[in-house]
Amino acid sequence: MGQVIYKLGDDISTDIIYPGRYMATVLPTETPQFAFADIKELNERMKTKQVPPGSVIVGGKNFGCGSSREQAVSTLKGYDLIIIAPNFARIFLQNSINLGLQTVTCPEIDANVGDDLEVNSTEVMNKKTGRKFSVIPLPKARQAIVEAGGLIAYTRKRVMVGKSSV
Amino acid sequence: MGMTVVEKILARASGLPSVKAGDVVEPKVDLAMSHENAALVMNQFIEIYQGTGIQPKIWDPSKISIIFDHRVPAESPKTASNQKKIREFVAANDIAKFHDIRGDVGGICHQVLPENGYVRPGSVIVGTDSHTTSHGALGAFAFGIGATEMASVWALGSVLNVEVPATIKVNVSGKFKKFVGPKDLILHLIGKLTAEGANFRVIEFHGPTIRDMSTSGRLVICNMSVEAGATSGIVPADKETLRYLTREAGVKGKIVCVSPDKDALYERTIDIDVSRMDPQIACPHTVDNVKSIKAVKGIKIHQVVIGSCTNGRLDDLELAAKILRGKKVAKGTRMLIFPASARIYNQALAKGYIGEFMKAGAVVMNSGCGPCLGIHEGALGDGEVALSTTNRNFKGRMGNPNSEVYLCSPAVAAASAIKGVITDPTKGVK
Repeated sequence: MGQVIYKLGDDISTDIIYPGRYMATVLPTETPQFAFADIKELNERMKTKQVPPGSVIVGGKNFGCGSSREQAVSTLKGYDLIIIAPNFARIFLQNSINLGLQTVTCPEIDANVGDDLEVNSTEVMNKKTGRKFSVIPLPKARQAIVEAGGLIAYTRKRVMVGKSSV
Repeated sequence: MGMTVVEKILARASGLPSVKAGDVVEPKVDLAMSHENAALVMNQFIEIYQGTGIQPKIWDPSKISIIFDHRVPAESPKTASNQKKIREFVAANDIAKFHDIRGDVGGICHQVLPENGYVRPGSVIVGTDSHTTSHGALGAFAFGIGATEMASVWALGSVLNVEVPATIKVNVSGKFKKFVGPKDLILHLIGKLTAEGANFRVIEFHGPTIRDMSTSGRLVICNMSVEAGATSGIVPADKETLRYLTREAGVKGKIVCVSPDKDALYERTIDIDVSRMDPQIACPHTVDNVKSIKAVKGIKIHQVVIGSCTNGRLDDLELAAKILRGKKVAKGTRMLIFPASARIYNQALAKGYIGEFMKAGAVVMNSGCGPCLGIHEGALGDGEVALSTTNRNFKGRMGNPNSEVYLCSPAVAAASAIKGVITDPTKGVK
């Protein structure tokens, strides 16, 4: 279960999630400090540990549009957030799968800041309002990467198979 | 049922007789491009091999290209140190398609790749940059991926679990009015599709206007296809593609063009007639907030930018030079020009455009991404407005969330620089 800590509008770009001027910082361990750097209040709350793991950000449609920068995902993964949105931009969604950021595609999601949500693979339940919203599952092929623990682990298995077949 | 261009390319690259939208494939990669974010790719690449007892090994160094463009010359010790690490990695792994910060062969990745003949029709190209869609201009299937996905490509030589995207067919007809061109067409299309209208889809461009369009113009429309969310834009290769590759990119040997089947299945078809199109402007803060120039002319601008992987090519500079000739950039407005590559910079120098820009009061910068992504060079002040030929106007894009960016064609940018306000070049500039 996670509490909604922030709500964002449509077309939240990777420039908003992780401004370009911090792109020289690349390591996943170093990127969280710049999450939503231009939304100062949110950035502060995250940096000062007021956001417990499993907290939820609710976004609008086309969340994560724009650049392919993976920092936009590692910066959120660093706080173990759950991102719920009606839909996600392709590269952001793929990067999330690859890095293990939990993104939930939920076309009808209706929740406000402070609401507690119960999220599983088929639906999101808003404990405050009692309403349930169905979740569009990941395509099977992508689910396989999630189940492997991300793309690094998935690729590692493949590399090992290659080694044993030689 | 027939196949679209991308379906044909993915079938070939996956060793299958045919594929259709929705199939999951594992295409072999013909070219894997990264820029400064190769620093992160390297980190993830090494991570893959942790605990395996296997020495990290790139599947095929001849298929990797690394180009420094995002922060050139380095804006900080951190960037400089990352670039240094990448140089060492490039040397240790014999990566030949490496373009360092140079005045002869450097430039923006999406110009350096085509002009050096690295992009071939029918190939699969991945890049750790969302504007990798550009290379569809030469009939390749080119799409952006993240750094970890690229690390996986470096290890395996293929992209794992790719879902074959559905294709939107766009037929373009009509002759552009003077000072209206490819940038206006793509902005119009993005406005029509919205920023998510082509998410998970390919845009395949057809029609007489596209056939008559130069590769430079095709690079503009494919480059910005991602602003409608598209996985890729693609122009099926034709005579113009062959001309560009052999004459301008120095490609020798056989080039195979891939065309869609007549009965290919498209998700939808959009027809556009450009003959009456006005210059188009993307207004803050989303690229799909597109209006005719009539709705925004007269807005005061503090900075004009001509350049980037979208509109920093020789024909763009030529058009701007023509409009600026004998004129001055308005007081209170600064104009920055970034040729897309060192080759283009040198060509513009030889043709006298660079001198004309400087005479008009513009500042000509080195080739690179420059202010387009707001890291260094050309940041905006609080409350300032920029008019730019680049591809994104997201809040904070030019380095300051308290500023605004409008996107336009090179003709609009040049005409507006003279007046200091957004100006319609089709109405004549006095």
